[in-house]
Amino acid sequence: MLDIEDLHVKIGDREVLHDINLHIGEGESHVLMGPNGSGKTTLLRTIMGFSGLNITEGRIFFKGEDITRTPIHKRAELGMGMLFQRPPTIAGLKLGKLLAVTSGDDAKKVEEYSRYLNMDSFLERSINLGFSGGEIKRSEVLQLMIQSPDFVMLDEPESGVDLENITLIGSAIAKLLEKDVHIVNRKKSGLVITHTGYILDYLDADFGHVMCDGVFRCHGNPREILKVIKTSGYKECLACQKI
Amino acid sequence: MPENIEKMEDLSKTDQERLAQTGLEVEMKNRSGTFFQIDQEIKHVASTEKGIEVLTLSDALSKYDWLSGYMWKAVPHDKDKYTRYVHEQKDPKGFVIIARKGSKTLYPLQACLFLANSQVQHVHNIIIAEEGAELHIISGCASATHARVGTHIGVTEFYIAKNARITSTMIHNWGEKISVFPRSASIIEENGVFLSNYVCMQPVRKIQMSPVAHLKGENSVARFNSIVVSTPGSLLDLGSVANLTAHGASAELLTRAITTGGTIVSRGFIHGETRETKGHIECKGLILKDGIIHAIPEIRGDVVDTELSHEAAVGKIARDEIEYLMSRGLDEDVATATIIRGFLDVKIAGLPEVLQNQIDAAIDAAEKSGF
Ligand SMILES: Nc1ncnc2c1ncn2[C@@H]1O[C@H](COP(=O)(O)OP(=O)(O)OP(=O)(O)O)[C@@H](O)[C@H]1O
Ligand SMILES: [Mg+2]
Repeated sequence: MLDIEDLHVKIGDREVLHDINLHIGEGESHVLMGPNGSGKTTLLRTIMGFSGLNITEGRIFFKGEDITRTPIHKRAELGMGMLFQRPPTIAGLKLGKLLAVTSGDDAKKVEEYSRYLNMDSFLERSINLGFSGGEIKRSEVLQLMIQSPDFVMLDEPESGVDLENITLIGSAIAKLLEKDVHIVNRKKSGLVITHTGYILDYLDADFGHVMCDGVFRCHGNPREILKVIKTSGYKECLACQKI
Repeated sequence: MPENIEKMEDLSKTDQERLAQTGLEVEMKNRSGTFFQIDQEIKHVASTEKGIEVLTLSDALSKYDWLSGYMWKAVPHDKDKYTRYVHEQKDPKGFVIIARKGSKTLYPLQACLFLANSQVQHVHNIIIAEEGAELHIISGCASATHARVGTHIGVTEFYIAKNARITSTMIHNWGEKISVFPRSASIIEENGVFLSNYVCMQPVRKIQMSPVAHLKGENSVARFNSIVVSTPGSLLDLGSVANLTAHGASAELLTRAITTGGTIVSRGFIHGETRETKGHIECKGLILKDGIIHAIPEIRGDVVDTELSHEAAVGKIARDEIEYLMSRGLDEDVATATIIRGFLDVKIAGLPEVLQNQIDAAIDAAEKSGF
């Protein structure tokens, strides 16, 4: 699904990602962990193709196609989607209007998913304007459900979400990533950033990666990595040179 | 243009379309009355609603002695050269609308001022909502496709009595060679509400106006909304003024301005003269192509306990907003257009749905044609 080769990314004069290699196969969900400011969001935004991130070396392949220089919307068309850690507010643009556009005016689908995510009363509101932290996440998940990407990137989907809504968002994400489909037949892949690991209950994630200062420092089972981080912090994780 | 035009139906198809873009209905299905003037000739005056009178100015003046007391009461006749010009006219043209005490229009009245062959069109209109009345007016002003250089000067005086409410929606569709100088003012009594909406999405040579609201009654409210686009060669000098002279009076001036190469001066002035008054000015401008948006919001408070504020922002569409939508699969042009449409999407509280739809349609049409 996704192949990243020797990727180096600069923001301004500073190299933020160094020599990143990552392979995500069809049906696989990967978890990305790492301290604040280590470059996780930058990696996701680079994969999606955002401006301001300068790829100085390396290539990104998606479904076998070199997309290193492909515009964002083409990547979306190819089947990429992203849940934003901090999406912008677009004053005036109603959530419902955007969903109408992205769903190809499928009002039934919009209604069904909005109801599912308890967002039906938000359709007439400007996107993210005055949304609470948890509401932003539900709006993001709703947009992704309409989009239904083959490769789903989730940037801290559970942060700031109360326990009840974690169940709701988690079950929506489980659908997005076809958790109920047997691994052999599963087509959807994911790359999920989490600090808490709560979201792991809703995914079949077998691959974990720890990023520190813009490099991958550790790969392994996400639950085990998380256990180490939880008991002894990232220090332990860094000391272990299990690359 | 043929001489025998009596109704809007008699206009050419293209001119009918130009009028339709200003929200006027040739068939009058959703309208409760009409006034139709071409150049200086009044063609059609009618009202179908009980309690609402639509008259030509001259008929109204001869029918009602008291009406002369309302002439030049809100707008000073010597305000500027345009008001003086209208004041000097021997045979002033225009309309008078009177909504009688307690009457309510379900459908708006439409006033159509059409500039075809004259160099100058001038009008003097008086609109009165008596106590408790509710009146919705849509005025479409347009020029004929063939119209050459021309000037429109319109004086409009609104009188909103106690507990009355007037909404005035104006959608302009002038030509590139037409200059427009509306001069309007309103006097709002106790608990009265005046809502004024102005939409101009089409080229015009020059338009200059600054309607004034005198909030004279306790708890009176005035709200001005302007949604405008300035194309290359257009100069839109738009303002609104609210004088808060009674306890509890409040005013809101809101502008959404886009330039694709033309100039927009967006003025706003709220004067808090009395205690317990409130006012807010909001102007947001988008510069899509090099052009000028000059926002001049002014607030002045004379006493304690007047709360006035303003916010103005001029800029471009944020890159991260465009890219956010692109990540949902919209290409850059569609993403940009979608954001612009949202930017202009002002839902006006208290405006009947037919009129909101009319405003939305005018914006949609401009958006489709790429401004
Ligand atoms: N637009 C930018 N300009 C300057 N520096 C930036 C920019 N975007 C990111 N950075 C820097 O790049 C580094 C990586 O940031 P990134 O957002 O990828 O971290 P993260 O791992 O997602 O952190 P968190 O867990 O806090 O979300 C940080 O030091 C950040 O300050
Ligand atoms: Mg981050």
